[in-house]
Amino acid sequence: MSTENTLEYKTTKADFDGKQEFTITVYAENRIGLLNRIAIIFSKRKINIESLNTSPSEIDGIHRFNIVIQESYEVVRKLARQIEKQIEVLKVYFNTNDEIIWQELALYKVSTDEIAEKVTVERLLRQYGASAVVIRKDYTVFAVTGHREETDALVKALEPYELIEFVRSARVAIIKDSAGFHEKLKEFEAFEPGEELVENEFLDKGEKIFTM
Amino acid sequence: METAQETMQQTETKAETSTTLFKGTGSQVLLNGLIEEGVTTIFGYPGGAIMPIYDALYDYADKLEHILVRHEQGGIHAAQGFARASGKVGVCFATSGPGATNLVTGLADAQIDSTPLVCITGQVFAHLLGTDAFQETDVINITTPVTKWNYQITDAKEIQEVLAKAFYIAKSGRPGPVLIDITKNAQLQLEEFPEYVKCNHIRSYRPKPKVRIEYIEQAAELINAAKKPFVLFGQGVILGKAEKEFKAFIEKTGIPSAWTIMGESAIPTAHPLNVGMLGMHGNYGPNVLTNEADVIIAIGMRFDDRVTGRLDKYAKQAKIVHLDIDPAEIDKNVKAEVGVWGDCKETLPLLTNLVNENNHEEWLAKFRQYNQQEIDQVITPELYPAGEEMTMGEVLRNINEICGGEAVIVTDVGQHQMVACRYATFNNSRSNITSGGLGTMGFGLPAAIGAKYGAPEKTVIAIIGDGGFQMTPQELGTIMQFGAAVKILILNNRFLGMVRQWQQLFHDKRYSFVNITSPDFVALAKSYYIEAAKVDERANLKAALETMINHEGSYLLEVMVGRENNVFPMVPQGMSVSEIRLK
Repeated sequence: MSTENTLEYKTTKADFDGKQEFTITVYAENRIGLLNRIAIIFSKRKINIESLNTSPSEIDGIHRFNIVIQESYEVVRKLARQIEKQIEVLKVYFNTNDEIIWQELALYKVSTDEIAEKVTVERLLRQYGASAVVIRKDYTVFAVTGHREETDALVKALEPYELIEFVRSARVAIIKDSAGFHEKLKEFEAFEPGEELVENEFLDKGEKIFTM
Repeated sequence: METAQETMQQTETKAETSTTLFKGTGSQVLLNGLIEEGVTTIFGYPGGAIMPIYDALYDYADKLEHILVRHEQGGIHAAQGFARASGKVGVCFATSGPGATNLVTGLADAQIDSTPLVCITGQVFAHLLGTDAFQETDVINITTPVTKWNYQITDAKEIQEVLAKAFYIAKSGRPGPVLIDITKNAQLQLEEFPEYVKCNHIRSYRPKPKVRIEYIEQAAELINAAKKPFVLFGQGVILGKAEKEFKAFIEKTGIPSAWTIMGESAIPTAHPLNVGMLGMHGNYGPNVLTNEADVIIAIGMRFDDRVTGRLDKYAKQAKIVHLDIDPAEIDKNVKAEVGVWGDCKETLPLLTNLVNENNHEEWLAKFRQYNQQEIDQVITPELYPAGEEMTMGEVLRNINEICGGEAVIVTDVGQHQMVACRYATFNNSRSNITSGGLGTMGFGLPAAIGAKYGAPEKTVIAIIGDGGFQMTPQELGTIMQFGAAVKILILNNRFLGMVRQWQQLFHDKRYSFVNITSPDFVALAKSYYIEAAKVDERANLKAALETMINHEGSYLLEVMVGRENNVFPMVPQGMSVSEIRLK
């Protein structure tokens, strides 16, 4: 969903009010200080960011933020509008998990002796889709790419074998429905706002009033 | 060969542009840029990290008037007052460190009240950034939540583009404050600069949309079908310079219209469709009837909690049409049936075209009924008090009689502010300047100085309480030095009156630290060579006010008012607007 055309969501989703995981995708200029400007929109409302990733986007010079939070649809929509209001932000989308493809990367460091003795590396690699990044005499580093449950499962599996270090990256997500940003950018670069940009979704019939 | 020709042509163009190059320092090109942007007046205070700019300013005395304030907070409030009175962008200068942090209150005030400002702060040399150098603070991060945009310049070559962007961002769309932090090396840097080009497009920033007619049509449909339509307007009408368009809209539809304190003066007080003030200390009718209207048309206002009272009991029966330039405001506090995103200068005429000519006499009569009740129970006793003690309301009545609605009234924050907004009469837009969203005590005096520079032809009266005056009295020094003919009216009730009123009503009269003593304000003013007087009897009030207003230069008048008077009506916090109390 973008900050517009949000009507559909309300009518189709039962969990309109409840908190759930949303992934916010922000297209923005690559500028020092913008991350802070975006982060304070959350902290001002005492909302915790669960995961945050900044990366290049499909367009040279335009940055893409992926932010994951647990909030209700109403809150997320308002947050998205506040983010989009920032001068260097071009566009904000927010999506539930079923609307995106996402991955996280996790690294695991274990003692090679320990692991060679007690489990077979091969089994780990197969069962958890892990790959060995480094194998040294003293330790081995595995990598797993996947959803939270998958990376967590390997933590569990390795627990008995002295997991020396564990780290997981932020979520990166691709929006299933998105056609990318190339066309949108043309509209932004045009001097006069075009029809596409002038989306207006304020026809919601909901009774709900939310104050942040 | 062709390539060679092209190169030739390119060199030619380059040579052409180079004739317009300006060779100078970053500071000079900054001041040139300000002149290009039409700046005439700067409020500021020098210091170490901004010295190169002040050094350059020495040579610009004929083009840029610099008002040396006595505190940077005074500087930014003055810039706010200037912007609010003139409709132009206010500009202020401050040095790094404490100079910059002293701007924060003013930035927050300007941000929440959408006041266009460009603030320039000096910063330590770029190579010292992050070393805890003398007077270094991280002003960009400190001011991020309270600016529409901010930027740190470390290379003079950025100055022109950033300044042009700053002015464009500050005044376009929903206006707001912008801060530019310039390191000392960039101020000193000698460069060849191209011609200054104003900014009118930033790809990631869309100040206003193209208006979508279907939403106008839906709004018109609702308005045309309404039996009890009610217009709530805010500062958006003034910021959008849409007073004429607004008047045309309400006059065609005959819809009663009430204002937020930021929207006051957008239409004259005496306009027959002006039914008064909204919110906590607003008028009786507009508050009660908010919960009776069938269609509410909100124009350039943001349903602040001081306006709405308890949200879940606010206008539940009404369909809401919300016109705003900031899409984040639509649906933020109150859900709109139809949201019209756009500049009201454009949307209002389109809407006026589609609405039927109408009058709502019966509905208006209802407002008048409530108004009569308020007149009998609140207004008359306030404006024509029977007791011996003077009231703030009667001071305002006298000012109205003398100025006839032509003065610019600048207020501070508290009881006197509510009384001034309730009772002052205005004929012209941009005549009511007050700290609405932030409620900044100490705003009044410096803002009035700025307002006088912004509207020099107008009588500017600063109405301030005894508490608020003591927050920024140092700006009397600015008046002394630069002669701004500000009329300062201190309404002294020897209390922090608004807090006292709440303690009386909601805290069992436990008057906790609201009993404030004051210096001899008259002697204080005179020590700054400002004429001053004090009135403690009704018999002398009008003559004293006339003396003040007719006095050539600045003048301070202290009026002793009743100690424990309360401002009514009042919507107690957490109550619905229809539960407004008359006493």
